[in-house]
Amino acid sequence: MGRYVIRRLLQMIPVFIGSTFLIFFMVYALGDPVAALFGDKAPDPATAARIRKDLYLDQPLWKQYLHYMGAIFQGDFGTAFNGQSVTELMAGAFPVTLRLTLVAIFFEIVIGITLGVISGLRRGRTVDTSVLVLTLVVISVPTFVTGYLLQYLFGVKWGWVRPTVSPDAPLNELILPGIVLALVSLAYVTRLSRTSIAENVKADYVRTATAKGLPRSRVVTRHLLRNSLIPVVTFIGTDIGALMGGAIVTERIFNIHGVGYQLYQGILRNNSPTVVGFVTILVIVFLLANLLVDLLYAVLDPRIRYA
Amino acid sequence: MPDPERPEPAGYDPVGPRPKEAVSPTGQGGPMDLALDEAESVEGIEKTAGPGAGGPRERPRSLWSDAWHQLRRNPVFVISAALILFLVVISIWPQLIASGDPLQCDLAKSQQGSAPGHPFGYDTQGCDVYTRTVYGARASITVGVCATLGAALLGSALGGLAGFFGGWGDSLLSRVADIFFGIPVVLGGLVFLSVVTSTTVWPVVGFIVLLGWPQIARIARGSVITAKQNDYVQAARALGAGNARMLLRHVAPNAVAPVIVVATIALGTYIALEATLSFLGVGLRPPTVSWGIDISNAASQIRNAPHMLLWPAGALSITVLAFIMLGDAVRDALDPKLR
Repeated sequence: MGRYVIRRLLQMIPVFIGSTFLIFFMVYALGDPVAALFGDKAPDPATAARIRKDLYLDQPLWKQYLHYMGAIFQGDFGTAFNGQSVTELMAGAFPVTLRLTLVAIFFEIVIGITLGVISGLRRGRTVDTSVLVLTLVVISVPTFVTGYLLQYLFGVKWGWVRPTVSPDAPLNELILPGIVLALVSLAYVTRLSRTSIAENVKADYVRTATAKGLPRSRVVTRHLLRNSLIPVVTFIGTDIGALMGGAIVTERIFNIHGVGYQLYQGILRNNSPTVVGFVTILVIVFLLANLLVDLLYAVLDPRIRYA
Repeated sequence: MPDPERPEPAGYDPVGPRPKEAVSPTGQGGPMDLALDEAESVEGIEKTAGPGAGGPRERPRSLWSDAWHQLRRNPVFVISAALILFLVVISIWPQLIASGDPLQCDLAKSQQGSAPGHPFGYDTQGCDVYTRTVYGARASITVGVCATLGAALLGSALGGLAGFFGGWGDSLLSRVADIFFGIPVVLGGLVFLSVVTSTTVWPVVGFIVLLGWPQIARIARGSVITAKQNDYVQAARALGAGNARMLLRHVAPNAVAPVIVVATIALGTYIALEATLSFLGVGLRPPTVSWGIDISNAASQIRNAPHMLLWPAGALSITVLAFIMLGDAVRDALDPKLR
């Protein structure tokens, strides 16, 4: 187990370097941060050269990258062009997005698994078919459409919730955005647990449990569910990383000042340190989530052993 | 180095939810990896007693003719194929059902509701929403089809070669694919496309191909690895067939089915991705008529004139749904284990 973790961590290094370098390349080589600083005006060449020198932008790209990564590992993510340090921005943004992600995961688990279990136990019946069709429809409607639609219906027309989220982003205001963010994954959780349940319901251990006289609820919750949820749990695990990076659209619709909001602003303003810093953290979160899922998988399914 | 503990992504086996595949390091969210999960996993067992499962067959049919027979009787396939045919036709000849010009607008009619001859009403600029919705199909279909073709060709070529020859090329490809999976799709799109100034569809297509190919490559690699272990490939090798012949005549035809399935479902999600990028302001740009742009413009006015948002959004959703349903039906037909 320990050796496996170490090997996986080592394997992450090239992926980490590759992903961050790709983003670094896109931001610094394709865009021009210094020109962006001046907005529509043409920068004075001498000033521009000075800024380039101060920001280390006059070096070749790989040197810039090394310099940047070196600083990051000392905890210095640089300064955004408005003078705030990037770590400060992160401290404000990540808790908000984390809350939003947790709300989304909560709905995925509760609604997704419930629907999946119901339809899996009634495979081929009307409930099952309608759940399947519903999930297909949910998958097909893009997030920004559902987002605006639900915001309009619940927030504006019926006035059940506040249509936008205040800067503190308390939990009760994040319910609707959380559902919007969760919807597509929710549909996948539903389909995944449905298949898993439908397959395991015919397994021998379920028949044994029923034969020895256990009540149906106990068979389902203790025997069937525990065995069927392994793939679902692992899916949800990887989804944490995906949701945190994928919240750009949701955060924009509901005006949530989280990671997606900062990234979007950073990209629009060509605010390179913000963009690269946030993406670097997201890539790390994503890689770690993947590793955790693989380890969790061994915990949940004792048949799998990592040497 | 493909690690031995991780079960080889071998073969195409959508029957069981193989959790390892369904969640293996796919990209960070975004629609593209969902296509992969969808294609690989879930659903399906219900159709065990598909048409022709019980009765005796007259003569053995190939996988393809068999699949075609099954598809023709599948209402999901017929409906989605008809819808897609319709979409393709109006994206080539939008004049057939819309007589107006999508760029001819009358500000006096800004945000007005439906009127005779203009069933969907007008948008903020006073353009006819119906005409723009019809013309918007072209951008979406073009991006979807071109991006899928590009990603499928590039992905299956690289993945197929890596799977067939193995070795260091294979390891390199897997690592490169991992790198691309580590970048969140929407985020990458924002960064990459925000510096592009072209107003054509090609940068968007290029970007989707760039981030889409690793997925297809992974599928193609797995399915080639399964196919090349078959006895008939060994027989061909024993008879002295060269690599090219084995790959093209024996392996490829037997490994292509999963790629087709994934590509079909991915097509729908690529269309959704294009709309999302256009919505964020970095995908297609005016004067290209695109559902994503129209939805983005309408979004700020949703309280005054929801019709401006609902029609293009509905068209977009139906298009994506049609392609995903088509992929679903094709998968059911192409997987012999389900029959």
